[in-house]
Amino acid sequence: MKDKKIDLELLDPNRWVDNYADYLYNYTIVRVNDHIVAQDLISETFLAGLKSKKNFKGESTERTWLISILKRKIIDHYRKINSPKGKAEVHIGYKNDTSEGDWLEENAADLFDKTAEDTMENNELGLAILDCLDKLPAKQAAIFKMKTIESYDTELICKEYNISASNLWVIIHRARKSLAECLEKNWFN
Amino acid sequence: MKLFLKCDEAAHVCDKSQYKESSFLEKLNLKIHLLLCPLCRAHVKRNCTLTQNLHRSNLKTLRPEEKELLKKRMEDEINIGHNP
Repeated sequence: MKDKKIDLELLDPNRWVDNYADYLYNYTIVRVNDHIVAQDLISETFLAGLKSKKNFKGESTERTWLISILKRKIIDHYRKINSPKGKAEVHIGYKNDTSEGDWLEENAADLFDKTAEDTMENNELGLAILDCLDKLPAKQAAIFKMKTIESYDTELICKEYNISASNLWVIIHRARKSLAECLEKNWFN
Repeated sequence: MKLFLKCDEAAHVCDKSQYKESSFLEKLNLKIHLLLCPLCRAHVKRNCTLTQNLHRSNLKTLRPEEKELLKKRMEDEINIGHNP
């Protein structure tokens, strides 16, 4: 298991991409909804992190610290694209001036509509899953990710890690078991 | 052809099913095993919930080359910092 207490000396930018890129990406993508923008923001976050490395006080984990930088980058991003006056005006709502009448049905919320809240909750679930994956042995987590999230062929993974298929399934089985336990502990309670 | 699976075999079929890699016969064997084995029933339920959650969370990872690009940008920045 990774030690969550981080000393100043342990701030290790060389591992940032491997350790946090996926987490930051999943955090960003629901907020900006654009693959390219998300990558740019993550890149900017890492660079800003490098520059202000000496300001890191060790009060939080490295990841929390990076997320706090990322949040500001996301806000800046929206400021930037909204800066020309008028662009910031967003009309929300089904009704506009031209539509006549006000049917009750049109004003009621659609219960079956997939709301923004659901999307956010599912995203948080995703982040919780990544948290749990962090607690697995690194090789197990990597193989599980390849198989489950990136949907690589079993054969390909076996070749890459030089293991047999039954080996792979044992690893997948263990990973799934720990992951289910971890999620039940951290997410459903 | 065998009809009854042992628990570890059932678990293996269940894992494969999560990736849609089990055959019809295997699934049938699993169903028969589940009728007889409450412990495996609990396990399968859990395993399926996990699959649903993974699906629902819509997790994505960056491609390896995209990660390399991120690393490269950082390295460039570090090098600039060292030789101003």
